[in-house]
Amino acid sequence: MTTTPRVLEIRQKVLSKNDELARGLRDRLHAHGVFTLNFVSSPGTGKTRLLEETLGRLVARGVKPAALVGDLATDNDAQRLMRSGVPVRQITTAGRCHLEAEMIATHLEGWDLGQFDILFIENVGNLVCPSSYDLGEDLRVVMLSVTEGEDKPLKYPSLFNSADLAVITKLDLAEACETDMAAMHQNLQAIRPGIRVFETSAKTGAGMDEWIAFLVEQQRIRPAAPEATAE
Amino acid sequence: MHELSIAQSLVSLVERQLPEGVTRVTAVDMRLGALAGVVRGALEFCYGIATDGTPLQGSTLRIVELPVVIHCPECQADRTLEGVTFRCPVCGTLSGDLRQGRELDLASIEYDEPEVASA
Ligand SMILES: Nc1nc2c(ncn2[C@@H]2O[C@H](COP(=O)(O)OP(=O)(O)OP(=O)(O)O)[C@@H](O)[C@H]2O)c(=O)[nH]1
Ligand SMILES: [Mg+2]
Ligand SMILES: [Zn+2]
Repeated sequence: MTTTPRVLEIRQKVLSKNDELARGLRDRLHAHGVFTLNFVSSPGTGKTRLLEETLGRLVARGVKPAALVGDLATDNDAQRLMRSGVPVRQITTAGRCHLEAEMIATHLEGWDLGQFDILFIENVGNLVCPSSYDLGEDLRVVMLSVTEGEDKPLKYPSLFNSADLAVITKLDLAEACETDMAAMHQNLQAIRPGIRVFETSAKTGAGMDEWIAFLVEQQRIRPAAPEATAE
Repeated sequence: MHELSIAQSLVSLVERQLPEGVTRVTAVDMRLGALAGVVRGALEFCYGIATDGTPLQGSTLRIVELPVVIHCPECQADRTLEGVTFRCPVCGTLSGDLRQGRELDLASIEYDEPEVASA
């Protein structure tokens, strides 16, 4: 028996399965009026700390948040966030350096999504791997602390370019670190022209009012607009 | 390092597309954009691991790399970026209107088709 070589055109995204799952998740979240954000940054930028501050403030404004927190090994971040009294679940990735849509779907099971207005997903601290995976979010928020150096966006263009929004964190340390804030903004715009940028300090509360006002506003308008995020 | 996950996704995608009865894939063609967030060398390395024990074992992974292309609103033209910043190389305008660069696509596969044994 002989064989003949054949060529088969396929033309599909390698991560098409994840993308499909993410689309399904997004539809489901929208059907329940949930506005979803995916926080990405390097380890230690301040994702959890900003979330801690954000959750309490949203509750005080009458908004009902929930959070999923990704971590390689521990549930420390979830423990921190639970103190806010808000529903929080840990996603332990067992060494995986990013979250995938399937993990989100699994960890939403048993939650009554109708009870939430806004869902935060804290991704694993990593500036490379999360960029390829759609989690069904409405907005991907990249965070960058003033202690990390102004040129992070230039070094990690895939992730920074994939973001819808940027938050500069640890503003209270900018002076001590001699951070060139203008250069940081310039670099963000060079990689993601037109991106909206917030500046915050979770420690002093600087910039928090603007950030919270934005979230409250988005949460009110986003899920109501059908297909608002369709590409 | 998520290239192993990517390679595994690639293998299962190929397996799902494989015509009935095909047991051996000889080559896989991929398109990889500069902004895909995937390191070529790492992917090639992981491909060997991910294909082990599958119909893709021993196959060649061929990768076409695609540069970042933006649409410049000033020039009204698509431009290939020369550096990392999203600036039109001709007129210097910043543009976030991405036209190419995120690809992480399976293009085609080559496989051995068993011939029907003639009696
Ligand atoms: N001074 C100051 N420190 C901050 C601020 N935000 C976070 N930190 C500190 O930075 C460290 C890391 O903050 P986390 O919130 O744990 O960072 P993370 O991004 O969640 O980290 P991973 O989940 O490990 O990726 C902690 O010691 C925080 O207290 C801030 O606004 N100002
Ligand atoms: Mg954290
Ligand atoms: Zn131009």
